[in-house]
Amino acid sequence: MLEVRNLVKHFGGVRAVDGLDFKIKQGEVFGLIGPNGSGKSTTVNLVCGIFPPTDGEIMLGNINLGAIAPHQRVDAGVARTFQNIRLFGDLTVWQNLWVAWRDQPGQEQGWVSNWFGRSTSRRQEIQKLLEFSGLGDKADHLASNLAFGEQRRLELARAMAAKPKIILLDEPAAGMNSAEVKDLCHRVLAMKEMGMTVLLVEHVMELVMNVTDRITVLNFGRPIAQGTPLEIQNNKLVQEAYFGSSENAQGGGN
Amino acid sequence: MTYLLGIFQTIGVHTLLGLSAYLLLLTGQLSLAQVGFFAIGAYVSGILTVIFTWNIFPALAIGAFTAGFFAFLVGFPALRVKGLMLVVATISFSEIVRLFFFNLSWRVNVNGLEVGPDSTQGFREIRYFAANGWEQIHIVGLIWFMVIVVMLALWWLDQVRAGAVLRAVGTDELAAQSSGINLTMVKVAAMTGGGVIAGIGGGLFAHSTTYVDHHTFVILLATFAVSYPIIGGLRSVMGTLLAVIFIQGVIVEGLRFMGDYRNLIFGLLIILVMNLRPQGLLDGHLLEDLKKLLGRLTKGEKADA
Repeated sequence: MLEVRNLVKHFGGVRAVDGLDFKIKQGEVFGLIGPNGSGKSTTVNLVCGIFPPTDGEIMLGNINLGAIAPHQRVDAGVARTFQNIRLFGDLTVWQNLWVAWRDQPGQEQGWVSNWFGRSTSRRQEIQKLLEFSGLGDKADHLASNLAFGEQRRLELARAMAAKPKIILLDEPAAGMNSAEVKDLCHRVLAMKEMGMTVLLVEHVMELVMNVTDRITVLNFGRPIAQGTPLEIQNNKLVQEAYFGSSENAQGGGN
Repeated sequence: MTYLLGIFQTIGVHTLLGLSAYLLLLTGQLSLAQVGFFAIGAYVSGILTVIFTWNIFPALAIGAFTAGFFAFLVGFPALRVKGLMLVVATISFSEIVRLFFFNLSWRVNVNGLEVGPDSTQGFREIRYFAANGWEQIHIVGLIWFMVIVVMLALWWLDQVRAGAVLRAVGTDELAAQSSGINLTMVKVAAMTGGGVIAGIGGGLFAHSTTYVDHHTFVILLATFAVSYPIIGGLRSVMGTLLAVIFIQGVIVEGLRFMGDYRNLIFGLLIILVMNLRPQGLLDGHLLEDLKKLLGRLTKGEKADA
């Protein structure tokens, strides 16, 4: 599905991502973890095209994402959420989904769709997505008036509304309490059951270890380990990267 | 009566100018190019009725189309920059247009009279209305007909997906792009639409005053254009209309005895609005309250009937 080959991104002298390879399979929940500043969010931003990579290739199936504009990547099949919630606060919950909505993958709606009154079949589908997100009764609320957890769920729903092939979740559990994290676990697993492919960038280990199939651990922009959640938990290098080893606190990345 | 109609005329034209800025402000772009489009609409439609002796309606349409076309062309390079840089770029455009017309001399003999734009002397004798027996009430009627058409069109945008898309871009460009919206296309479309609206306003203005020159199209007018929707609020097209009525009707006309001191009030007003009602006079809460009130009133009427 999503394949990243030798991805490199330098900001001036900072090597945010420095030779990253991974391959995400169809229907898989793939975790990307690592200490702060290890290049996780940069990777997501590179896949979405917020800035161009210094080097390397990003392929979605046989589409070269590097060759198309950021907004076209959504129709190619990439949707995302943001580390800091970015909703359209002045729009209603329903309109937030409506803006991103695709009836079929890759088909943006016309600008004048929904001439007076909302097309009933689309209305029902959007309502279904709202119910899935636990926002069924909030359709006409302003997005900015939602509670924090609801805003997180709305952002996730907006990403799903574009009918993507893969969803990139950039620290979706940031700022959540443990009950909300549990709820998010169920939600991600439900998405997986629906056949969605997910790239999860996350610090909250409770979420990562419960939902992912495979994990890549980054440190200083380079992958230091790859494997199942269990393998990663028992990996010495990973423990060092996170906590530092007793002999050399900086040892993990070098 | 003539005085009152004159005020209606001014308010109508300024509303069109304000609405043209409103459309672009929905996408979060502050443009001072609206006065340039206004000037293009004024000169092009004026030239068509005066030199080519066209009917007013096709002349207005071509004036609006030309203004929209230039807005489209300017949109691509100008909208690559944001904020202050966009303001500078659009001021430059308006000044280029103004200075072009300042230098434009195109004198033609029509029915024994020399007419047309005369560079520094301005463009006189845009007398289509007088020559065809229109009275002032008809002219004001035409202006307000166009105002209502444009307001309905902009209201309609909020009933379909376009309104949500424009506002999404205005709220958060990064999130909009990540939802698959082509930012350039949306902004250029808004710029083009704004150009057409300003062009209509310019054409109506030129014909209702019968005389325009480069002094008319200074940047001050562009600052008025963006002030109306900012003061009125972007939640509804009615906000812009209210702001124009308030500024042109109350402050400029009502306080005429104060002379140039009115300008101080205008500045003060903007500062007050920005502080007290950052979302504009007609903000979301007030709009909700008005809707509820309207709902109650119509329900009451039904109960009576």
